[in-house]
Amino acid sequence: MKNQFRTDRLESKPKPRSSSTLLNPCSSSPPPPPPFCRRRRSALFTLPAAARLRAVDLANMLQSKSFVKKTKQGRVVKVVREHYLRDDIPCGAASCSSCDTAARRLGVDAAAILVVDTNVVLHQIDLLENPAIEDVVVLSVVLDEVKNKNLSVYNRIKTLCTNTARRFFVFTNEHHRDTYVKEMVGESPNDRNDRAIRVAARWYQSHLGESAKVMLITNDRDNKRKATEEGLNAETVESYVRSLAQPGLLDLVVVPSSGDVTMEDVEDLRPSKRKVIYSEHKPMSEITSGLRCGIFHQGKLRVNRYNPFEAYVGSESIGDEIIIRGRSNMNRAFDGDIVAVELLPQDQWNESKSFIADDDEDDNEEDVHLVPNSADDAPRNTNSTQSTVESSAASVSSRPVGRIVGIIKRNWNSYCGSLEPMPMPAGSGGVAHALFVSKDRRIPKIRIQTRQLGNLLNKRIVVAVDSWDVLSRYPSGHYVRTIGDIGDKETETEVVLIENDINTRPFSTQVLACLPPLPWSLSPDDLANPNRQDLRHVRVFSVDPPGCRDIDDALHCTPLPNGNFEVGVHIADVTNFVLPGTPLDEEASQRATSVYLVGQRIDMLPKPLTEDVCSLRADVERLAFSVIWEMTPDADIISSRYTKSVIKSCAAMSYVEAQARMDDSRLVDPLTVDLRNLNSLAKIMRNRRCERGALTLASAEVKFEIDSETHDPLDIGIYQIREANQMIEEFMLAANVSVAEKILKHYPLCSLLRRHPSPTKEMLEPLLRTASSVGLNLDVSSSKALADSLDNAKRDDPYFNKLIRILATRCMTQAVYFCSGDLSLSEYYHYGLASALYTHFTSPIRRYADVVVHRLLAAALDIAKLPPVFQDGPQLTGIADNLNYRHRNAQMASRASVELHTLIYFRTRPVDTEARIVKIKANGFIVFVPKFGIEGPIYLTAKGDKGADWVVDEVHQKVTKPGANISYAVLQSVMIHMEVVEPQPHRPKLQLTLL
Amino acid sequence: MEYVNPLTGFRVDGRRPNEMRQLKGEVGVVSRADGSALFEMGNTRVIAAVYGPREVQNRSQQVNSKEALVRCEYRMAEFSTGDRRRKPKGDRRSTEISLVIRQTMEASILTHLMPHSQIDIFVQVLQADGGTRSACINAATLALADAGIPMRDIVTSCSAGYLCSSPLLDLNYIEDSAGGPDVTVGILAKMDKVTLLQMDAKLPMDTFETVMELAIEGCKAIATYIREILLENTKQLEYRRG
Ligand SMILES: [Zn+2]
Repeated sequence: MKNQFRTDRLESKPKPRSSSTLLNPCSSSPPPPPPFCRRRRSALFTLPAAARLRAVDLANMLQSKSFVKKTKQGRVVKVVREHYLRDDIPCGAASCSSCDTAARRLGVDAAAILVVDTNVVLHQIDLLENPAIEDVVVLSVVLDEVKNKNLSVYNRIKTLCTNTARRFFVFTNEHHRDTYVKEMVGESPNDRNDRAIRVAARWYQSHLGESAKVMLITNDRDNKRKATEEGLNAETVESYVRSLAQPGLLDLVVVPSSGDVTMEDVEDLRPSKRKVIYSEHKPMSEITSGLRCGIFHQGKLRVNRYNPFEAYVGSESIGDEIIIRGRSNMNRAFDGDIVAVELLPQDQWNESKSFIADDDEDDNEEDVHLVPNSADDAPRNTNSTQSTVESSAASVSSRPVGRIVGIIKRNWNSYCGSLEPMPMPAGSGGVAHALFVSKDRRIPKIRIQTRQLGNLLNKRIVVAVDSWDVLSRYPSGHYVRTIGDIGDKETETEVVLIENDINTRPFSTQVLACLPPLPWSLSPDDLANPNRQDLRHVRVFSVDPPGCRDIDDALHCTPLPNGNFEVGVHIADVTNFVLPGTPLDEEASQRATSVYLVGQRIDMLPKPLTEDVCSLRADVERLAFSVIWEMTPDADIISSRYTKSVIKSCAAMSYVEAQARMDDSRLVDPLTVDLRNLNSLAKIMRNRRCERGALTLASAEVKFEIDSETHDPLDIGIYQIREANQMIEEFMLAANVSVAEKILKHYPLCSLLRRHPSPTKEMLEPLLRTASSVGLNLDVSSSKALADSLDNAKRDDPYFNKLIRILATRCMTQAVYFCSGDLSLSEYYHYGLASALYTHFTSPIRRYADVVVHRLLAAALDIAKLPPVFQDGPQLTGIADNLNYRHRNAQMASRASVELHTLIYFRTRPVDTEARIVKIKANGFIVFVPKFGIEGPIYLTAKGDKGADWVVDEVHQKVTKPGANISYAVLQSVMIHMEVVEPQPHRPKLQLTLL
Repeated sequence: MEYVNPLTGFRVDGRRPNEMRQLKGEVGVVSRADGSALFEMGNTRVIAAVYGPREVQNRSQQVNSKEALVRCEYRMAEFSTGDRRRKPKGDRRSTEISLVIRQTMEASILTHLMPHSQIDIFVQVLQADGGTRSACINAATLALADAGIPMRDIVTSCSAGYLCSSPLLDLNYIEDSAGGPDVTVGILAKMDKVTLLQMDAKLPMDTFETVMELAIEGCKAIATYIREILLENTKQLEYRRG
């Protein structure tokens, strides 16, 4: 009820004054407000300061454009639109003296002014983006056509035209008196637009006269011929780029696809391969009718990250995921494409074998990688040995399998990767055809042509896709740019960032303008604020990893006279500085999280906020948002309250320091006593949580010691978790749970919460299979049962329990953010923490979710108004989706960065170490290396050698060599050798071999 | 949708944000009426006819016999829009616009000079392309002037909207259908007073003022144009009378 009331009040606030109060009461009867009003969506804009309006002009010449169109009801109406022609449109050339000089964009000493046609913009946008191409006139007719055909290219050309560093000019030819052309009888719209482009080019020629050379760039033969006949300079893209004499630039030119004969010749030299590999895509009309009558199903294709030959299409019409197996069934679709799928007959749903054969040329071997932290990181075991017949028959056959018949919307992008090593072509300097391998394994190899193979072979490059012909096994693309040398730390880090769509651009001036005046200090206004409590006298301190500069949280623990404790969790008051709707807020919302790489941090908020103004550093006054409990010595919460506050931390300790203080029995100073009290409370809370069934999962987090000068890793080891870490974690969990309860009570429909779905039986299967093979029975009926059986999983082997927990961890999915209105209460559950409700409140400096939650809490306490975005369900869901996407990407980037540094570390330091077998495969097994937190394959037979002298025992997860009396079983300890090898030049990889 | 091209600053029809469509006005188009006028703003075309002052036909309608009764009937021709839908006479929208036009014109007519009489204004939209309300008021002003009805000042009207973060003068149908705010203003041009102000949707206060000022600029430009027409018309009459 209360919530309802608040919503109403918010609704009425931003309304502008009603129109009648603004009237000048000059007449005896002021005009009344309109008797009825069409309710329209409110639109709130801010107007740039540029204020005064020019005197009103009347537009001059008039043309009427008329056309017929069909209305939604299916009726055909004639639409007449006005079309004004004018003579005050500038040409943009610096050499022109007759036009408005303010509009000048094209260079004074331009060798040629280029007028490009629509297809040049659509297909050669990578070339246009290269700084070698300048002085380009983009006609409005071209711009309109591009916009209709490809919005992403439209946005790119728009960026080019607004970039003041580039010399691109938009000429409104459609409204210029001299360049407007009317469609002639029998002329197609395409021909009319081509003619308009030629007319505009001719106008430039005569308008600029001798002062500049105007050139029409078109790949359309007919258009080029007509242009030449009309006395224009016309060139194809390729011939123009050739004339610039920069061989590298030619790689950016997209060669016209299939129809062109020369391309067919180079397609594949072996005639045997010249066959139709894929089936034609169905025409759009057929797809539409097929979708309507339910033969086809529409959905977004998601390719398995670890097995690019398997993909899924989430289909609403079927209500289930359709599995697509193999490249030929995927029929040239890319990850993220919207596709139309046809189901295969049910008797083919279970044929998992067939697809492996036709893709054998792609080796799908596993690399050494970090130990997965969740099921989302782990390779799915679809391609593992013999996926046990009885289980797959039961679970897999029920899932529909299909093939792709058409692509409704392409998600083609540019990708990071490198060229497949190949010998230099004979006549060096000529054109080479190379295969590009994307870092993202979901992307197929891409064929490109290059004239600079020698330069590119050992580089990380970006390649864009142009087309994929039915005759061609791989899509064709073109080179876009070089990032740097393969294996180079900076290059590979940049690749990681690009791959994970992480914004590393410096913050814009608009964003920085939102920062408070620096240096910031506490103002009297903050203290006078009745909603802000002064807690500067309280002994507040923080405990963080060493060297932490963005301190989100601090604590206090004061004994009360009645024997209880007052425990406070103080979180940086970020929302005091990041106001809703500001550019700073928009940017933070987009970035959603700070990204932590080895030795590098990409901030969500500008540095002055993260490291200074918001950071709860020691000995300075800072604003905080506090959760304060009264707790009994048994850690029962008697009361909770929430308030904005001012604190002054007395110590910013590292975990090691805090631990050392607690452990040193000689110390009895108040701070140490506070720490000990907190620690004993935390232990009780932790036990209670585990009793409820919270899982103690194990992950092996790796820590590097980095050389401060070279930034190379000096040492590598597992991050040690101390009691002090767990103590802080416990109070943060408690604060998050408290806040989740509070905001949900006030805003049941628009709270941002975090849930952790219970793992399905299917997901836990690998864990159960491993456990049963070593005679361990795990009860997975609930998180409580699982937690108990994990606790009981003990053997003589001291590492056994940890190993089982690590295996359990990788079966879980990740927790996700969601909007409370989108799900029902039972779905809010956080499985891992065994908590009915959970959210993120404690790290607003580095997570946007916490910023959102701070705003919700402030509104729930009546301190601030709830921003309007919370009224907008779909937008809120969009925010949650973006948080999940960015969060996931940030994690993947962190993992990739650790993997990169692991590789760099072992490059000069081969070692022998102990490892544990975690999975048996047909030709070997996967081992986990506890000391370095990595896992990888060990091959018992050479690659390609299918001689089966090893026998796999699936039930006991064991591989044996009959005659030789050697066997390896899962969880067994083995000694291995780790070394970086280069099987192909400049392609270093970490190799594990059995000793 | 980009109603103002972000790269060139031109609107869909080739105007700049602060430009009005082409205006055209003509008086004396209905010979039977006491005064009449045709007014065009771009493709929006409106005809107005004025009868009166004449004796009040239905005395019960007259509230104050010391002042003239002003009546207004607004109609939209069935052929005026793209889809020639049959609209019932006296629908809510027509009733509202009739009322708006009547009240706006009443504010200008010196009704106390014409007691016991009534003035009928008939306005018909021949072609609708946005801004019909304003065009009707402008046509009515011309027709009243043609009929020789005494007025304080000429009333003119113009609309302005706010789309793509830019105030736009004189919205056409496409821009009007965008669903953005639409401010229609009517002013007494010489006296610089506002007699009509309507807005759909919400706007922040400072933006609203900019948009309203733009609409007022538009009204003033129309007033100048209407004065020219009347002057020209008077010259013609003078010439004909010799
Ligand atoms: Zn010029």
